[in-house]
Amino acid sequence: MPEGQFKDGIAGGRLPADQYAENFSDLHPPLDHHEALVESDRCYFCYDAPCMNACPTSIDIPLFIRQISTGNPIGSAKTIFDQNILGGMCARVCPTETLCEEVCVREVAEGKPVQIGRLQRYATDVAMAEHKQFYPRAESTGKSVAVVGAGPAGLAAAHRLARHGHEVTILEARPKAGGLNEYGIAAYKSIDNFAQAEVDYVTAVGGIDIQNGKALGRDYQLSDLTRNYDAVFLGMGLGGVNALRADGEDADGVTNAVEFIAELRQASDLSSLPVGRRVVVIGGGMTAIDAAVQSKLLGAEEVTICYRRGQEHMNASEFEQDLAAANGVTIRHWLQPKRVIAEGGKVSGIELEYTAMNGDKLAGTGERLTLTADQVFKAIGQSFVPAALNGSGAAIELEAGRIKVDAEGRTSLANVWAGGDCIFGGDDLTVSAVAQGRDAAESINRSLTQG
Amino acid sequence: MADIRNNFVGIKSPNPFWLASAPPTDKAYNVIRAFKAGWGGVVWKTLGEEGPPVVNVNGPRYGAIWGADRRLLGLNNIELITDRDLQVNLREIKQVKKDWPDRAIVVSLMVPCVEESWKAILPVVEETEADGIELNFGCPHGMSERGMGAAVGQVPEYIEMVVRWCKQNTRMPVITKLTPNITDVRKPARAALSGGTDAVSLINTINSITGVDLDSFAPQPTIDGKGSHGGYCGPAVKPIAMNMVAEIARDPETHGLPISGIGGITTWRDAAEFMALGAGNVQVCTAAMTYGFKIVQEMIAGLENWMDEKGHASLDDIVGRATPNVTDWQYLNLNYIAKAHIDQDACIKCGRCHIACEDTSHQAITSMVDGVRHFEVIEAECVGCNLCVNVCPVENCITMEPLAAGVMDQRTGKPVSPVYANWTTHPNNPMAKVAAE
Repeated sequence: MPEGQFKDGIAGGRLPADQYAENFSDLHPPLDHHEALVESDRCYFCYDAPCMNACPTSIDIPLFIRQISTGNPIGSAKTIFDQNILGGMCARVCPTETLCEEVCVREVAEGKPVQIGRLQRYATDVAMAEHKQFYPRAESTGKSVAVVGAGPAGLAAAHRLARHGHEVTILEARPKAGGLNEYGIAAYKSIDNFAQAEVDYVTAVGGIDIQNGKALGRDYQLSDLTRNYDAVFLGMGLGGVNALRADGEDADGVTNAVEFIAELRQASDLSSLPVGRRVVVIGGGMTAIDAAVQSKLLGAEEVTICYRRGQEHMNASEFEQDLAAANGVTIRHWLQPKRVIAEGGKVSGIELEYTAMNGDKLAGTGERLTLTADQVFKAIGQSFVPAALNGSGAAIELEAGRIKVDAEGRTSLANVWAGGDCIFGGDDLTVSAVAQGRDAAESINRSLTQG
Repeated sequence: MADIRNNFVGIKSPNPFWLASAPPTDKAYNVIRAFKAGWGGVVWKTLGEEGPPVVNVNGPRYGAIWGADRRLLGLNNIELITDRDLQVNLREIKQVKKDWPDRAIVVSLMVPCVEESWKAILPVVEETEADGIELNFGCPHGMSERGMGAAVGQVPEYIEMVVRWCKQNTRMPVITKLTPNITDVRKPARAALSGGTDAVSLINTINSITGVDLDSFAPQPTIDGKGSHGGYCGPAVKPIAMNMVAEIARDPETHGLPISGIGGITTWRDAAEFMALGAGNVQVCTAAMTYGFKIVQEMIAGLENWMDEKGHASLDDIVGRATPNVTDWQYLNLNYIAKAHIDQDACIKCGRCHIACEDTSHQAITSMVDGVRHFEVIEAECVGCNLCVNVCPVENCITMEPLAAGVMDQRTGKPVSPVYANWTTHPNNPMAKVAAE
């Protein structure tokens, strides 16, 4: 047992140096050729396939799996990319257990679905390794489109727009493109710098100029875009993090889980990345799981997720919850944070209150619990920051704090579309952002070419 | 416990599972291993006449087709008869028979189609005290180009002639092995019977090319860029073999002629099916070449358990039991009406029954009912074809349910007739026979 694991406070180097690489290796290793053939043979090639209907991007799953089984992974990849140009990342990060694989008839029949995600990765890996580009650009339309944010929605929109012959400029606030694919997912879900490889693959279609370090509201205004471009797509995601609303949450050692996850993804040396000995994560979604599991993998001795509702209410899928449990994370339910306890300005614990449903309203019971902690992660959701939008010109209509769009992704402002996490009505999934970006791009294209 | 001892044309073996004449029976080493594993008998790999042995290719002899998990479904070979010296084979046969007196050893033979050649080899085989001979009139590759194997088996007159020579020149029982590479298997069987054969065995392998290399455009197996048709065997050929066995078993001219069934037999169930259709015992090759000799243990135990469960005391209780139920299409009861029924609890909603029926058959299965994916038979459209049963991945989810006499067939709007009626008397048949007075 490495000594570093029992070091109090927030510290790096808790594990032997070689342990980090092992802990952060591929969560789902790729299928090899024979495994892919065997797995693809399990697909029944269903009619009106439930998996396809469950996929937010409506990938023709039975067809792409059949193409794998017939030794045509390139054709398979095209079937995937036709619907979802980020099919490679979605194969890695999609909660398939609550989407395609949940409704797979073999899940229904035997509790063991076809491993659609891993097959999708197999096919897309083959095509990407060969740098196979399927989509020649249409003749130039002379139209230009600005895309705000190089995340899944923005990249999907940009690719589709570029295919249609428009010139696309992506303005990205961060130093790298990829959005949450680059900054927002657990490291073991996307290894080997895959997010950047995918950005390169997507932009290889041509006609896409990504400008990094360009933040809306800071470096330019929306009105600049509507003035200088024929259309604008907003895909900037969520910039804010919800507060704990617990006393003392500004203590040293209280961190936003998304920042921790981003820092971890960008770290060149995981052993130098500090983590608490006893970590408490507040939240019940994927972000909470990602932060908790990675804390454990970095060598935290004790990691506890506290969620204010029951297990059945958690946004994290059952698979993710099991993953956390398998990594030694404790998940506790019906607890809400009340007070961060600090000693000398540093977190030393957190006081929580038990909760219960009072009718259909959640309420504290009054009973308290104190957990020792030297690090507390906030993972209780992110919020849209509308301030940047409204620097000048007409305001965009919001709904429940996010951008309101119609069925085609049009905002209340002329020539401005939006998609991904920043719009109202989404489900905060990468794959849904891709679908929204793609569909908005088709709407933009119709508008630009028919107008 | 059921008695599975076998007596085939007087050749006794402790069970009906023999290894067919093929690579697994080419030499004593293999045959002894087979007997140790429990095989009831072997047909020793085909001997040729005295002199320099045949030679085999030195590249691939086998080709195959597989399921997705590399499960071998069909095997093809271009190996010739034994390429070992005749005297070595004879010595080994004699020794093995001496050491394993309770097991059957039949010797497969193939010599040129002249009487002297047969007269020469029969006594030397007899001298080994082997239990019988099997005439290889089946090998479709190589030897047939030299006027032997299938080249004999495809000419009934030659079959009859050679069988007669053999019967006249040996006391040993003669089993005539038939090639399936003919139009009507009854003709060679009848010829063998006319020549006096004690039994027929079938099928030998089927002319085949297992694949084509799409880079070199060469057929497989490929020898230096070229390929030649080989003999196909294994699970894929079983239905073809069973039909041929049944054809001979139910042919009035050959009915009662003992048959040793061969063709893709892999499990006890396969063996039981062949025997039910009229085979007195079975010969196995591909399954052993795929999995080794141990499979016979499953076959023995499986056959015994099934016979015990069904109350069959000995093989005589099962051999030929299905033969009377094999008939010509024209005698099938056209008043028998069945409809597919989908067990909704077992249905996993893959929709394959629907799309098969919708695209390729009778539009008799729903895909959506009240906006919900739901697969149900529309009886008014169902012709009872059974395609949905065959494509359904769930066993017993879709079943064919016969309509009882008197029940309305929703497709025709007529009640089901209790009377057996076939095509021979059907009004639409221009050749219909007038009902007997």
